[in-house]
Amino acid sequence: MKSPLAALFLREWRLARRIGGGGAMGVVFFLIMVTITPFAIGPDLNLLGRIGPAILWIAALLATLLGLDRLFQADHEDGSLDLLRMADTPLELVVLVKCLAHWAATGLPLVIAAPVFGLMLALEPPALAGVTASLFVGTPALTFMGAMGAALTATLRRGGLLMSILVLPMTVPVLIFGVSSAAAATDVSLSFTTPFLVLCALTLASAAGAPFAAAAALRNLGE
Amino acid sequence: MWKYANPTFFLALVARVLPWVAGLTVLLLAVGLYMTFFVAPADYQQGDTVRIMYIHVPAAWLSVFCYMTMAASALGTLVWRHPLADAAQKAAAPIGAAFTFICLVTGSLWGKPMWGTWWVWDARLTSVLVLFLIYLGLIALWQTIEEPGRAARAAAILTLIGVVNIPIIKFSVDWWNTLHQPASVFRMGGPTIHPTMLWPLMVMALAFTMLFLTLHLMATRNEILRRRVHRLTMLAAGSGESDVAGARFADQEA
Repeated sequence: MKSPLAALFLREWRLARRIGGGGAMGVVFFLIMVTITPFAIGPDLNLLGRIGPAILWIAALLATLLGLDRLFQADHEDGSLDLLRMADTPLELVVLVKCLAHWAATGLPLVIAAPVFGLMLALEPPALAGVTASLFVGTPALTFMGAMGAALTATLRRGGLLMSILVLPMTVPVLIFGVSSAAAATDVSLSFTTPFLVLCALTLASAAGAPFAAAAALRNLGE
Repeated sequence: MWKYANPTFFLALVARVLPWVAGLTVLLLAVGLYMTFFVAPADYQQGDTVRIMYIHVPAAWLSVFCYMTMAASALGTLVWRHPLADAAQKAAAPIGAAFTFICLVTGSLWGKPMWGTWWVWDARLTSVLVLFLIYLGLIALWQTIEEPGRAARAAAILTLIGVVNIPIIKFSVDWWNTLHQPASVFRMGGPTIHPTMLWPLMVMALAFTMLFLTLHLMATRNEILRRRVHRLTMLAAGSGESDVAGARFADQEA
């Protein structure tokens, strides 16, 4: 017999893979963001190479957030959220597993696509490695923070915009340290490890804290 | 403590205390503004623009103080489920947003002549801007969720998440090398600011605190009354009665 959390992970993963709006759509959105930026600021490759990591980070942030509004909403609509809430498994762990599955289905494809899209922005190989590594350790933090917003707005019909308003201010530290560690990868005078470790710490801290906040918000829905 | 948390008792208390608090606020603001413009000396470097400080600094303090009030009320909402805490929380958000806005605008006006720019992206300014955004997010959340109890608990969770930002604001000038100057009043080893400037600042800070207290008491009272009116309207609608004004009157009599 499978453990409930493994079963939940598989269920979330399958839902994200099979129902539209999952990982592939996030990557397409990511690509579109990367494509329209040079139209806005001009096709100067030197400039693009310099601000490329920032573009990739902002695109990844928005792509993550756009997919997150359905994290609990769909479960709320079909009633499975009530079952999860009444189950023996703590709701905090359920949230954690749902976040991990969501990240594996939508965040990880963004990380994998980042080096390819980075080439389009004329990033140097060290910068490509830096931005990919920083996205790999940083995007889970975005998913966890977004889960808090998704839980708060799960019952609202137009929760997506509100969720972005609530969550985006909280993601500022992740963005700062993500972009600075990506920038440090190209500049030898800057330390790469310091911002990178802070980014790891942000991810771990949000993984530890966000499930509690999100679970509290989900319990509030049922009352 | 529970006696004071009873909404009806709270309304009676507010009715008695509010005139005094409001009067004190007006008095302190008058004295503080007089000191700001006529008593406090001009700075030897900054000239008269230093007088912006007497608005800017108290507004900044109050923006954080208001958030902490809101966070304390949020605990009251989540732990004790008290309706008065809900109302206090909801009432504080727009006031805090207003103080933060005043702080940002006066800081910007001060920054133009002193730093040569309206805005810099340094840690202190950015973290206060994030505080402003959190206030706006909270107001949006309050407006979006219709059922008051649920809205209060959702806002309480978000408020407590946002508390992370408060130490960042406080220590941003120490942790990062910012254009904004470090703390000069509440610091180890006493204030570095001259008494002729410290006194007007303290009077203004007290005036702003009283202003916050006045506004917060009024807004909390209004929120309680608004909920009562709403409930009575629903009751009247439910019983097929159209005389809502009569129901309100009857409630006041009781």
